[in-house]
Amino acid sequence: MSVRTLTINNIPVAVEEGKTILEAAKEADIHIPTLCHLDGVSDVGACRLCLVEVENINKLLPACVTQVTEEMVVHTNTPKLQEYRRMAVELIFAEGNHVCAICVANGNCELQDAAIQVGMDHTRFPYRFPERGVDVSHPQFGIDHNRCILCTRCVRVCDEIEGAHVWDVAQRGENCYIASGLSQPWGEVDACTSCGKCVDACPTGAIFRQGTTSAEKERDRAKLEFVVNARSKQEWTR
Amino acid sequence: MNNQKLTMKKIKFATVWLAGCSGCHMSFLDMDEWLIELANYIDVVYSPVGCDLKEYPVGVDVCLVEGGVANQDNLELIREVRAKTKTLISFGDCAVTANVPGMRNMLGGAEPVLKRSYLELGDVTPQLPNEPGIVPELLDRVLPVHEVVSVDIFMPGCPPDAARIRATIEPLLKGEQPKMEGRAMIKFG
Ligand code: SF4
Ligand code: SF4
Ligand code: FES
Repeated sequence: MSVRTLTINNIPVAVEEGKTILEAAKEADIHIPTLCHLDGVSDVGACRLCLVEVENINKLLPACVTQVTEEMVVHTNTPKLQEYRRMAVELIFAEGNHVCAICVANGNCELQDAAIQVGMDHTRFPYRFPERGVDVSHPQFGIDHNRCILCTRCVRVCDEIEGAHVWDVAQRGENCYIASGLSQPWGEVDACTSCGKCVDACPTGAIFRQGTTSAEKERDRAKLEFVVNARSKQEWTR
Repeated sequence: MNNQKLTMKKIKFATVWLAGCSGCHMSFLDMDEWLIELANYIDVVYSPVGCDLKEYPVGVDVCLVEGGVANQDNLELIREVRAKTKTLISFGDCAVTANVPGMRNMLGGAEPVLKRSYLELGDVTPQLPNEPGIVPELLDRVLPVHEVVSVDIFMPGCPPDAARIRATIEPLLKGEQPKMEGRAMIKFG
């Protein structure tokens, strides 16, 4: 196994070749904000919250999908990054319809947490108020596209952990949405095993259990971690 | 100590209520006995819960604005408030994000909203409200306050709880700025 040495915020770090900057930072106890990253599934670089500066590279790089290289010099919390991160979170709020007061995830939402982390007390971008739908055709769950931030965590847990591949990303740009099956109502997708992994993975209130009302959503993230560890490390109890 | 307070120049303080449910004002009243302490420092010159004056005066030091900007009256008042106020605070989610009143924006414009509410859902004598000069016209979109006028301090929350309102106002009484940072001061919903 070959090792790569680099510095993150002037701290020397040595990690295995092939690791990402995010993983290297974690080993050095350096916190980088993330939103689309979810332990146990692949990374896609969708949210841009984990952007970092690397010396001698003149663009910002997403830490979750950038592999470390020898003698890389990484900065994770410069004023420029703080500004871009805040803008990324503001854009996410302005893009959808995030009415926190009446959301199942109010108080237990990773997007709200991100706002606090980046110091966002309002968004400087005009709200778009897009027209989006809600699908409650599934007997147990529902998806409210108004609150979806297109992180694709649901797509990845369903495909990579459950192996059902119910979800995909349809359309592009402002029309982008998370589609079930062949863009059918969720309740008509036979592939869905009703395992609930997407409910646990969703960082916002977009995917929820029916019957949950404001501020009632609970997610069992430990369940996802358990399933992943069970398979990869043969740990069968929790 | 009280004598000193009483001789101090009091801050001219106002609150206004635009398109919101008045919950933020109720939360303000939730500061309970601290309101009595607060009264030593402020002159309430305009407020639906603290003053009978009908005209927004000039030279206001601090104003809490509850609610989004939804109709012609809101628009005129917020412009007047901005022109006559030193520190304007967006007070609560409706002011900061348009929040629940803003959900009508997804229907696209004032007309479909009025038709839906007053014609399609009107059980008896369905008709559109029309009383020019008395019933203010709806704007096409409900806007957060800072999309209309500049805002100095943002206090999100639906409603912000009494502790956060106090933590925001208290520094201003001493001529200091509150730090709107961290979980204690930033809370949407
Ligand atoms: S309940 Fe399970 S199988 Fe169904 S969509 Fe969610 S993750 Fe996929
Ligand atoms: S539904 Fe939830 S998990 Fe899926 S993309 Fe949207 S926000 Fe992410
Ligand atoms: S966590 Fe890296 S882009 Fe979202």
